[in-house]
Amino acid sequence: MTSAVRMTGIVKRFPGVVANDGVDVDIRAGEVHALLGENGAGKSTLSNILTGLYRPDEGTVEINGQAMQFSSPRDALDAGIGMVHQHFRLVSTFTVAENVVLGEPDSPFMMDQSRVAQQVEELSNRYGLAVDPSARIWQLSVGEQQRVEIIKVLYRGAKVLILDEPTAVLTPIEADALFKTLRAMVAEGRTVIFISHKLDEVMKVSDRVTVLRGGKTVGTVETANTNTRELASLMVGRSVEFNRVTRSNPADVSHTVLTLSGVSARDDRGRDALHGVSLTVGRGEIVGVAGVAGNGQRELAEAISGMRALSSGHIDVSGERVQSGRARSAIAKGVAHIPEDRLHTGLASSHSVEDNLALKNYRSSSLSKFRVLRRKAIRAQATDLVQNYDVKTPDTVTPVRLLSGGNVQKVLLAREFSSLPKVLIAASPTRGLDVGAIETVRARLVEAAERGVGILLISEDLDEIMSLADRIVVMYEGRLVDEVAAEAADRERLGLTMGGSTVSGGAR
Amino acid sequence: MNSNIFVIIASSAIFYGTPLFFAALGGIFTERSGVLNLGVEGTMLLGGVSGAWASQHVPGSAWFTVLAAIIIGMAAGALTSTLLAFLCVTLRTNQTVAGLAITIFAGGVGLSSYFANIWKVAEAPVDRQVRRLDVFGWADAPVVGPILFNQTILTYLSWVLVVLASVYLFRTRFGLQLRAVGESPQTADAMGINVVKYRYLHTILGGALAGLGGVYYSLAIVPTWVDGMTKGAGWIAIALVIFGFWRPSITLIGAYLFGALQSLSSTLKARNVQISGDVLDALPFFMTIVVLVLVSTRFAHRRLGAPAALGVPYEREER
Ligand SMILES: Nc1ncnc2c1ncn2[C@@H]1O[C@H](COP(=O)(O)OP(=O)(O)O)[C@@H](O)[C@H]1O
Ligand SMILES: [Mg+2]
Repeated sequence: MTSAVRMTGIVKRFPGVVANDGVDVDIRAGEVHALLGENGAGKSTLSNILTGLYRPDEGTVEINGQAMQFSSPRDALDAGIGMVHQHFRLVSTFTVAENVVLGEPDSPFMMDQSRVAQQVEELSNRYGLAVDPSARIWQLSVGEQQRVEIIKVLYRGAKVLILDEPTAVLTPIEADALFKTLRAMVAEGRTVIFISHKLDEVMKVSDRVTVLRGGKTVGTVETANTNTRELASLMVGRSVEFNRVTRSNPADVSHTVLTLSGVSARDDRGRDALHGVSLTVGRGEIVGVAGVAGNGQRELAEAISGMRALSSGHIDVSGERVQSGRARSAIAKGVAHIPEDRLHTGLASSHSVEDNLALKNYRSSSLSKFRVLRRKAIRAQATDLVQNYDVKTPDTVTPVRLLSGGNVQKVLLAREFSSLPKVLIAASPTRGLDVGAIETVRARLVEAAERGVGILLISEDLDEIMSLADRIVVMYEGRLVDEVAAEAADRERLGLTMGGSTVSGGAR
Repeated sequence: MNSNIFVIIASSAIFYGTPLFFAALGGIFTERSGVLNLGVEGTMLLGGVSGAWASQHVPGSAWFTVLAAIIIGMAAGALTSTLLAFLCVTLRTNQTVAGLAITIFAGGVGLSSYFANIWKVAEAPVDRQVRRLDVFGWADAPVVGPILFNQTILTYLSWVLVVLASVYLFRTRFGLQLRAVGESPQTADAMGINVVKYRYLHTILGGALAGLGGVYYSLAIVPTWVDGMTKGAGWIAIALVIFGFWRPSITLIGAYLFGALQSLSSTLKARNVQISGDVLDALPFFMTIVVLVLVSTRFAHRRLGAPAALGVPYEREER
C-alpha cells in the first residue's frame, strides 16, 4: 500500500521549545489515521507543517512518494492537502459561500454567490454537512462553523484532510455525525488525519494511531490491535487511572459562601447568554460546571467575578451583595478568579512576575504608601510566592509571557490564593497544561477547598470535573439543565444533557 | 439664481470635498487590508509639493504638464506609504507610531517644506493648474450647472473611482481577498492568500490616492504652494473612513459634508455674513471630533464593521 503522506525526522523549534523533535509518521492512502497526544505534544505544529503554514527546521515531507517543500499554504492546497484548524480559520463577517471560495485562484473575477451557494449545497447534501450558504459565520454555532471548514476543504478537492481536535467543540451527538462524514470521505478514497487527545474517539474512528509525546513519535499501532489503556499509557508515558480525589476535610454545605439568584447576563454581542441561573456553593465545596464551551460558561465566570454586568438577578458572597459589573467589589467580597484566557484576562503578560503577583493587593498598606509602590515589599512577596508555588522562573522580573503554560498558571494561582478568597472561580484551569502541571493545579484546588474556599470549577473536561467536584451542574444554552452529586454522576447522562437532550423527568 | 447661497455651498462642497475623498478612499483600501495609516497628512503634503514642482518644471503642453504633476504627486504619495508599509508590514512596528512619525517627518514643518524650499516651489505661482471645466457648456445652467458641470477633471475622476472601488471591494474576488486579509489574516493566509502582498499593495495604493489629494490642493484649490497647506485634511480623511463605514459611497457623501464645512467661511465672508472666520475654520475639526466620539462608543464599534485586524501586525508562526 502506498503512503499518502510520509513525514520523516521532522524538527520544529520555537523560541524556548522544541515543538517537534524528530517526528516520523506514515499515513496510508484511504485510511483514517489518528494522531494522538496530550496538549502540547506537538500535534498542531506537525499538521501546520504539513499544510505549509510552518516551515520545519529539519526533516522531509513526502506526498504520494514525492518529496515536497511547502513554502506557503498555497503549495499544500495545490498538493491536495486541506486542514480544519483547531481554531477555525473563517472570516466571521463573511457568508458561508464567501468563506468557501475565499482564495480560490481559478474562481471568476466577479464573484458569483449563487453559483457557489449551489456548489456548497451539493457538497453539504453529499456528505450530510447541513449548512446555509448565505448565512454569516458569526450567526452559526461552532458545530456549523466546523462543517463550513470541512466543506471548504472538500470544495478544493483535497485528497488529504487534516482535522485538528475537531470534537473539542462538539456535543457527543455532533461528534458522531462527524465520524460518519469522515467514514464517507475515506470510502471515496480520501485520506483523513484525525487529531485528538481523546482515547475513546480515536478507538472509534481510526484505522491506525500514531502517538506523539513531548514532540516525539512514540509509535504507530493498528487500532484493531490496541485498547484505550494501552493508548493512554503510550500517550502519557505511564499508566494512568482516573480516580476520584479523596478529601480529608469534606465540604460544609450548611454555610453557603456563594449564592446566585436568577442571574441573567448578555454576551459581547448583546444577546442573552445567561438565563436566570440560580446556584449555591458551600464552604469548602467544589461545584463542577460541565458543558460544551460557548454555552454561557464564560459569561457566568465573568458575572461572578464582576467583569460583566448582570441584566437581572443578584450575587451574594457570604451574604453580602456583590455590585453588578464591579470587579473591585467582587474582589473586596472575597471572589478570586482564574480565567480561561490566562495570558490576556488573567495576567498582564508583558509585565514581570512580581508585578503580576501584586496586581490584586498593591493597594494594601504593606505594598504601597501614599499611593507609591514599595518595590522591595513587592519583590519580597513575589519571592515568597514563587517559592511556595514552585514557579519555575529565572527571576521575579521576567515577563510572565516568557514562562511555560504550567508556570503561568502557577503565578495566577499564587496571586489568587494569596488574597485568601472565600470563593474561587476556576475556568478550565488545567487546559493546555502538561501532566505534571495538571496534577499540581488540581492538588492546589483541593487544598484550597480543604481550607474552606468554595470553588466553582468550570470545565469541558468531564474527567476533571468528575474527579474533583462534590456536585456537578450541567450548563446548556445559558441555563443549568441538570444537577447531580458527584458520586452519583454518570458520564452518559452528563454527555446527553451537555448536548441538550433532556433526561427522563429532567429540567428544561 | 446661481449665486443662491445653496448653489454656492453645494458647488464648493464638491470642490473642497474631492481631495478629502481621494485621501479617504486611499484610507479605505489601506485599512481594509488591516493597516492603519496615520501618515495621511504628511503623505498629502509630499504629494502636493511634488505636484507643484512638476507643474512648474515639466515641459510640454499644459495638459501634459498637469497630467505629469498628478502622476508625480501620486508617485510621491506611493513612495511615502511604501515606507509605512515597510515599517508596519515587514518590521511590524506599532502602526500608530509609524503613521505619526511619517506625518511629523513629512508634514508641515518637515520634508515637504524642505523640498518646497530647495525646489523654490513657493516663490512662483503654479500656473499650470487643474481648472474647473465647463462640461457640455452647461456650467451656467441654473442650479445644476455650477454644482455638477463646473468641477475639475479630478472630481469627475473621483465619481468614476467611487463606482470602481465599490465594485472592486464588494463584487470581485480580489476585493473579497482584501477584506479577508483585513478581517482575519490567519484565515487569508491559510487559504493561500499572500497577506504581505495585499497589505503592501493597498497601503501603497492608499498613499498614491493621498498624494492625489495633495496635488488637488496645490494645483486646484489654492493653487500655489503654501507650507502645510492641507491644514489637517489628512486627519479629516482618517475620520471620514470611519464615518463612511469603510465604504466608498458613504465616504463620498461624508467628504462633501466636510467640504461644505470647509468652504463655509470663505463663502460666508464673501457674502459679508458676520461670523468669526476662526470659528468657521474650526468647524470641520469640531465635526471630526464629534464623529470620532460617536463612532468610538461601544455600540458603534460592534456594528460599524471596522476591519477586525486593523492595526494588528501579522506573523505566521506567532500564536
Ligand atoms: N507558534 C508558536 N510559538 C511558540 N511556541 C509554540 C507555538 N506553537 C506551539 N508552540 C509550543 O509547542 C509545543 C507544541 O504545541 P502544539 O503543537 O500546539 O501541541 P498540541 O497541538 O499537541 O497540543 C507547546 O509547548 C507549545 O507551547
Ligand atoms: Mg493542538
